[in-house]
Amino acid sequence: MAATTAKPTQGDDGLRPASASTPWLLLLPGLVWLTLFFIIPLVQTGLKSLDDGGLSNYSKVFSDNGEVIIRTFIYALVVTVAAALIGYPLAYFIAMRSGRWKPVLLAAVVLPFFVTYLIRTLAWKILLYSDGPVAGILRSLGLLSKNGEILNTTPAVLGALLYNFLPFMVLPIFVSLDKIDRRLLEAAPDLYANGPTTFRKVTLPLSLPGVFAGSLLTFIPICGDFINAELLGSDKQRMIGNIFEKNFLKESLRPEMSALSFVLMLLILGGVLLYANILGTEELG
Amino acid sequence: MKWLRRPSFLGVWSGVVFAYMFTPILVVVLFSFNGTLNASGKWSQGRYNYRWDRFSFDPWANIGQYPALTKAFQRSVLIALTAVAISVVLGTLMSLALVKFRFAGKGFVNTLLVLPLTMPELVLGFALLNLFASAGVRRGYLTIIIAHVMFCVSYITTTVKARIRGFDWRLEEAAADLGATPLTTFRKITLPLIAPGIAAAALLTFALSLDDFIITYFNSGRVETFPVRIWTQKRSSIPPQLNVFASLILLVSLALSVGGLVLQTRRGRRALF
Repeated sequence: MAATTAKPTQGDDGLRPASASTPWLLLLPGLVWLTLFFIIPLVQTGLKSLDDGGLSNYSKVFSDNGEVIIRTFIYALVVTVAAALIGYPLAYFIAMRSGRWKPVLLAAVVLPFFVTYLIRTLAWKILLYSDGPVAGILRSLGLLSKNGEILNTTPAVLGALLYNFLPFMVLPIFVSLDKIDRRLLEAAPDLYANGPTTFRKVTLPLSLPGVFAGSLLTFIPICGDFINAELLGSDKQRMIGNIFEKNFLKESLRPEMSALSFVLMLLILGGVLLYANILGTEELG
Repeated sequence: MKWLRRPSFLGVWSGVVFAYMFTPILVVVLFSFNGTLNASGKWSQGRYNYRWDRFSFDPWANIGQYPALTKAFQRSVLIALTAVAISVVLGTLMSLALVKFRFAGKGFVNTLLVLPLTMPELVLGFALLNLFASAGVRRGYLTIIIAHVMFCVSYITTTVKARIRGFDWRLEEAAADLGATPLTTFRKITLPLIAPGIAAAALLTFALSLDDFIITYFNSGRVETFPVRIWTQKRSSIPPQLNVFASLILLVSLALSVGGLVLQTRRGRRALF
């Protein structure tokens, strides 16, 4: 390691300058892995998407799956917004009001991650079954007709997606709220701001980076999910992922599937850039 | 516990959201105790463990009744251990380079590391499938481990990086001045400094690897991991043993996190006093 450097010189940031090739040697194995198994496959998929029909593969993707693509992005958007609205007060409560119970409540948010994703999604099947507890409660409240079903409907898929991705929204919002200097919140009333004004002018803007990060962590994986739609939905709830689930082994469909995966990637990228623009990128650093 | 005695809007809201988050977990654990084994070796609640039948310890006592499921579970643990071992080495080296040194191209490396985390698993998994298919690589253990290491490296590097930033690396130089060889310095100074961060990152990625379905599904060929087995089996039968395995994973993770927390507070106290 640094034992051989006769005179250690350090910069302003306390880091060692790059006089040697040491950092690149340390990086080499990881970079090789990422190049071989992340960059090259993506480039190859891009090339593959132009096989057989060239750019017409892309127009075919839209004409064949337009409805599914739109549905996928609407689902992802609806769930992300719902997760932010439901998760923000929870994150706020844990960060500001839970006192010494903070670590326990934080652990409770992470707890669902300890149960296998597929199995906790299957648990919703038990809950939503036609003679299961949720349907029973809704029927007794008159919210569901006698023969009405929840399983295989849009609310079932959206509810399970929301359930599975809510922690990804709560955790980053918690982190950004927890980091806020409490003296700022004490200064606001001194400057005659009331509670709601303090929240609107101080707390909310400072927690936006958390909302941004949480939205990405929720929105992006939902766009590629097919587990919830497959287990709790019907043909009417199919998402982009379900098309892959059905076709990924079919050799002849590789170019079209490649094009679809690029469409998915580009639409997400576009959405993220737009979103960053709306929230103001400089604040998000 | 003031907030328990005098409920506020926020408290009630949080309680409701927690109920939403916990109900499925309770269901998973509860249904691992569902049904008894009848004389012909079939579950009393039928092939699907969806309806409550009766409380019984039979599923736990007969945890190995479905060999394919048990095998898949063992396979998943083995794959996760291998993938974590490889990515801990690759990721720790990368995070050391990124935290300790200043060099041109650092921003590029950081971006490259974050990119896999900003893409849906679907895209990553399908792209890898394209690579293996066109290179004529048969999908199986090797391709699963390659895929897992690919996303684990990013997680390990990012997590370890965050944990070891701000360490006083001059300690290494001090050790060298006192006559320690580079190897001794690494063993006695660097490793103890970075070990807690590595352990935390390793646990996180172990859980991610064990639970990964989408990327694995595209690249597993005929080798079935635990999640893949559940997926292929979901049309034919969902036995309560599935819930037994899930409850076991939950128990072990809980024990590990509580253990880690206790260890951390103890170490913290020792450092204070």
